[in-house]
Amino acid sequence: MEKNTVSLRGRNILGLEDFSPEEIRLVLETAKEMKNIIHRDIKKVPTLRGKSIVTLFYEPSTRTRTSFELAGKYLGADVVNITSGTSSIVKGESLRDTLYTVEAMGVDAIVMRHKAEGAAAYASRVVSPVILNAGDGAHAHPSQGLLNLFTIQEHKGTLSGLKVAIVGDVLHSRVARSDIYGMRKMGMEVHLAGPKTLLPRYLYEEPGIFVHERIEEAIADADVIEVLRIQLERMKGGLFPTTREYARIFGLNKQRLSLAKDDVLVLHPGPMNKGWEISPFVAYGKQSAIQEEVQNGVAVRMALFTLVLTGGKQE
Amino acid sequence: MTVLLKGGRVMNPAEDFDEIADVLMEDGKIKEIAKDLAAGDADVYDVSGKLVTPGLVDLHVHFREPGQEAKEDFESGSKAAVAGGFTTVATMPNTKPVVDSAALVRSLKKRAEDVARCHVEIIGAVTKGQEGKELAELGDMIEAGAVAFSDDGHFDPSAKVLLNAYDYLHPFDKVIINHEEETSLVEDGVMNEGHRSAMLGMKGRPTVAEDIAVARDVLLAEYAGARVHVAHMSSARAVDIVRQAKKRGVRVTAEVTPQHLTLTDECVDLYDSSTKINPPLRSKQDCDALLAGLKDGTIDAIVTDHSPHAQEEKDREYMYAPSGFPGLETSLGIMLTDLYQAGNLDLKTIVSKMTWEPAKVLQLSAGTLNVGSPADVTVIDLNQEWTVETQKFYTKGSHSPFVGRKLKGKAVMTFVDGNLVMQDGRVE
Repeated sequence: MEKNTVSLRGRNILGLEDFSPEEIRLVLETAKEMKNIIHRDIKKVPTLRGKSIVTLFYEPSTRTRTSFELAGKYLGADVVNITSGTSSIVKGESLRDTLYTVEAMGVDAIVMRHKAEGAAAYASRVVSPVILNAGDGAHAHPSQGLLNLFTIQEHKGTLSGLKVAIVGDVLHSRVARSDIYGMRKMGMEVHLAGPKTLLPRYLYEEPGIFVHERIEEAIADADVIEVLRIQLERMKGGLFPTTREYARIFGLNKQRLSLAKDDVLVLHPGPMNKGWEISPFVAYGKQSAIQEEVQNGVAVRMALFTLVLTGGKQE
Repeated sequence: MTVLLKGGRVMNPAEDFDEIADVLMEDGKIKEIAKDLAAGDADVYDVSGKLVTPGLVDLHVHFREPGQEAKEDFESGSKAAVAGGFTTVATMPNTKPVVDSAALVRSLKKRAEDVARCHVEIIGAVTKGQEGKELAELGDMIEAGAVAFSDDGHFDPSAKVLLNAYDYLHPFDKVIINHEEETSLVEDGVMNEGHRSAMLGMKGRPTVAEDIAVARDVLLAEYAGARVHVAHMSSARAVDIVRQAKKRGVRVTAEVTPQHLTLTDECVDLYDSSTKINPPLRSKQDCDALLAGLKDGTIDAIVTDHSPHAQEEKDREYMYAPSGFPGLETSLGIMLTDLYQAGNLDLKTIVSKMTWEPAKVLQLSAGTLNVGSPADVTVIDLNQEWTVETQKFYTKGSHSPFVGRKLKGKAVMTFVDGNLVMQDGRVE
């Protein structure tokens, strides 16, 4: 019964740096069961009946917000969405006060996306509902990191020992940081590559990762390639000359893909800039699991809700 | 009024004096320092076992007047000063509006007279509105009592404007204090650029931004034969640049804060903004270099960069919180605990760089116990253990990375012009 000692009940999901390998495994196993529910004709279970969840998004999002919302609804919870453009946030309400307001309505969990690194961690000290970080600046996006692991495990059957290349705009990528922590904890070999202007300068000091300035070096013999989105909205210009040149020198195309293992798996957290960081051929090719990741995202988020709000099956 | 401090260890760095002695203050001046002085009709305080030093001098504080009194004002700020053992402070001009005219300098001098518990010196802006474009009326401000000039909070982007300021000020012999971070390299940055910022995903402020700024401003001062004072140094390379310049005879002085000496960017966490300051907390290597700079005389002064903000301003997302925290009530305790008690720095250097040497930078008659000088005296209990608690602060600022720290060593009495203004942490 060793498994019962691992529990995420009541835990704030802020970043994968806080997870043990056992806790990651628990999420992945639970997500597997959840994926079966999504495949049912009637996708509704009573696990979270009577629970309420608020998604509080200070940045635009399609897939992450919808994914969390559907995950909550499939489990029977009531889910309410708050977005910054249509709430008191535009009247200048502080994050603390918005959180107090949401808490006062009696919610059990708050899913939060915010431009500022640490916003979710800050929130977890302000209010008592469980906080699930759906992205805080360039810091973390733990559910995306977990769904990447889930998708890789489904395809490869294992995680330990796999070589993964994370390529592109590492500087602005919260996904990359969650990947680094999650993948290393699961025994994967993590290679990062991109234009040097998009690689944080001291990243190489992080133990157990490999940083390359040419993506070919990172991709060589990779089992998994995750292509990161060029986050133009977070750039003030000058980090690379043109998207055309970026595509030519750093984009993942058919030719570069051939440097990886034959059965390489291609991931992208979306939304894609097709023709820039990834060519349509690769994005829609047979190695791509990009669409599948969207479905897995719902399963992983169902698992997270179940584990943090009920503790999961052992109870 | 006459006051006699009996039996303390009296340390006066200006005269290289360090002995058990009595200190007699009369009519606001130091009257005599000797063993076994007669009490006469003086108020007598037994300070045996305590350290008696010149009142501490801080040449870098932000008292937020005019315009931002919710953060601090002359009353709360000066109370914090004397609570921390300081008797003279110099206020930075990055207020709203900026202190860039004689009228504002005069009005602040008046405010200080009316409400301040200690001496408050006024630093004026170098350029109008601290915009780095046109020189402020420096000569008028000097006549009104400004002791130095600074566009602190900003780096002046134009080398030409700074050179003009150096040249124009030359006959007045006033120092310019520069905030050294090249702007384009620190834009949007919230913490030191390093491994920690890389993994937190936070935008960095690299040390090279400070290094090239210090290099430019020191070279310009050398070229102009001007005096320059480098504010809150934080980078190892910058220390070296100043060290080399001093060897060449450049008229440069420099300061460091207790936080830059003792904390690193490893303290930065996602939960609260207490550690957010400019320039940012750096690496252990930088701390070591700053300490070496204090020891070999490259760095002249220990300052607080006391930068209080209102609770609600600091209590928010790290990215949006303003930079700075209050330091007047923790500075001495941190220096005594983490540097003196820890065996990293001798007491005399600490006292000298918190009194006599910063006073020299601003050419003030403060920071000494020389007979005839103002009776500004601090009595320090080197053995008192205490915990930093915001509830006990006199400053309006609250967030500090030192909150909760257990410290050893504290100012227990502060005299300003011979008047006891703080005793055992209480300020009237």
